[in-house]
Amino acid sequence: MSRIRVVVTGLGATTPLGGDVASTWEGMLAGRSGVARLPQEWAEELPVKIGAHVAVDPSTVLDRVEARKLDRSAQLAVIAAMEAWKDAGFGLREDNPVERERLGVAYASGIGGMQTLLGSWDTLKEKGSRRVSPLAIPMLMANAPAANISLRIGAQAGVHTPVSACASSNESIALGLDMIRLGRADVVLVGGTEGVIHPLPLAAFSQMQAMSRRNDDPERASRPWDVDRDGFVLGEGSVALVIETLEHAQARGARIYGELAGAGITSDSHDMVQPDPTGRSQARAMTRALTEGEVSAADVKHVNAHATSTPQGDVTEAVSIRMALGEDTDAIVTATKSMTGHLLGGAGALESMATLLALYHRKVPPTINLDNPEPDLGIDIATKVRELGEGDLVGLNNSFGFGGHNVAVAFTNQFATGA
Amino acid sequence: MATTEEIRSDLAEIVNEVAGVPAADVQLDKSFTDDLDVDSLSMVEIIYAAEEKFSVSIPDEEAKNLKTVGDAVAYIERAAS
Repeated sequence: MSRIRVVVTGLGATTPLGGDVASTWEGMLAGRSGVARLPQEWAEELPVKIGAHVAVDPSTVLDRVEARKLDRSAQLAVIAAMEAWKDAGFGLREDNPVERERLGVAYASGIGGMQTLLGSWDTLKEKGSRRVSPLAIPMLMANAPAANISLRIGAQAGVHTPVSACASSNESIALGLDMIRLGRADVVLVGGTEGVIHPLPLAAFSQMQAMSRRNDDPERASRPWDVDRDGFVLGEGSVALVIETLEHAQARGARIYGELAGAGITSDSHDMVQPDPTGRSQARAMTRALTEGEVSAADVKHVNAHATSTPQGDVTEAVSIRMALGEDTDAIVTATKSMTGHLLGGAGALESMATLLALYHRKVPPTINLDNPEPDLGIDIATKVRELGEGDLVGLNNSFGFGGHNVAVAFTNQFATGA
Repeated sequence: MATTEEIRSDLAEIVNEVAGVPAADVQLDKSFTDDLDVDSLSMVEIIYAAEEKFSVSIPDEEAKNLKTVGDAVAYIERAAS
């Protein structure tokens, strides 16, 4: 049985580099950093005083009443999802041509509505239980972004929220692909979101020694593979992709960005927070994605790495990329987290979008701040915009999460229209 | 002691804040759910906000009987007196 071909027909984003896809992509190609000193007063009390807020505040985009019913994670998700939906050529209500029972949502969050949870706890302590909002639960639950999106687009084929820490939104893309290939849906809106720039997660991640403390030089704090890297920078934002069967897309004459060819999910079972240093399970995820997509390792011309700017993780990933693609791979590797910071549950979707756009425009965005690369990495890292050649292209996006989750997603430029 | 109109006007501001209904539409004869399209959780929010604004207590078993803006204003007048 030949596999069902799945393509990407819509993209939406709100990120530290811009309030939409175009400005985010332009920021990446310009090598711009979205990281800054946090403006909030509470940040001064913390060891980590930097982060990557979204470039456009969601309150300036959403209707006021709509916004107050949504946690920040869901606000960002709704903005990204609506852009993707429109970009795919679909409308809402009577202008929505997709059969509702064949339309699904797989939208991830790594942590969920943490700002609502903590804000409600503050209200309870300060003012008593009678002042806790009746909206607190529907706002804080981790599936709220997915559910809010499904309410807007009328999805009835199943609404899902995979949770696997920083691999969550790559897992949502993998799940959306499965939904289509298992015959459960024709169109799925996939992606991920995170909005947890709040003192508690900053303090807690900082206690794990996981975050950069380059407080006096924020734009240079996220520096994957550089010898002076000292941890990740927390970012926020959301990215959405509309995926559908090739048949469905072609029947309606949709613009196609490229093919979602395959996904691979593995787990380390090694340590809660450290990657298995052999990189074997990470490599297996990449290999599985390629196998599922029926493409070979030699076809891979580009990898958007997970590379969060942590001492151990970046090195392990270089090992696993070489293991999966071969020591002589000519894939151009990049780490866009150097510009965006780490969006946790939004990271996989953001970097999948970047991977796909790199194939579509044949341009790899740079890894900034890589002044002194770690020796002997053995991979070709883009430090400025690099051109991808003519012909067929395959790109991989990696996401790895606390808990030992490894998810790789493979895209190709097959079926792309109007580049 | 606030007048009926003052209470209605303050309540209208709350309904606008919570549910986005234009304050001018929040008149005594209007039903919260049927006329103003206020959903169930927003109604609960409105009740809690009204308790705080008017310094009254509106127990849940009473709140469910407040179908119209006029019902709510009358309850607040009685509770505050």
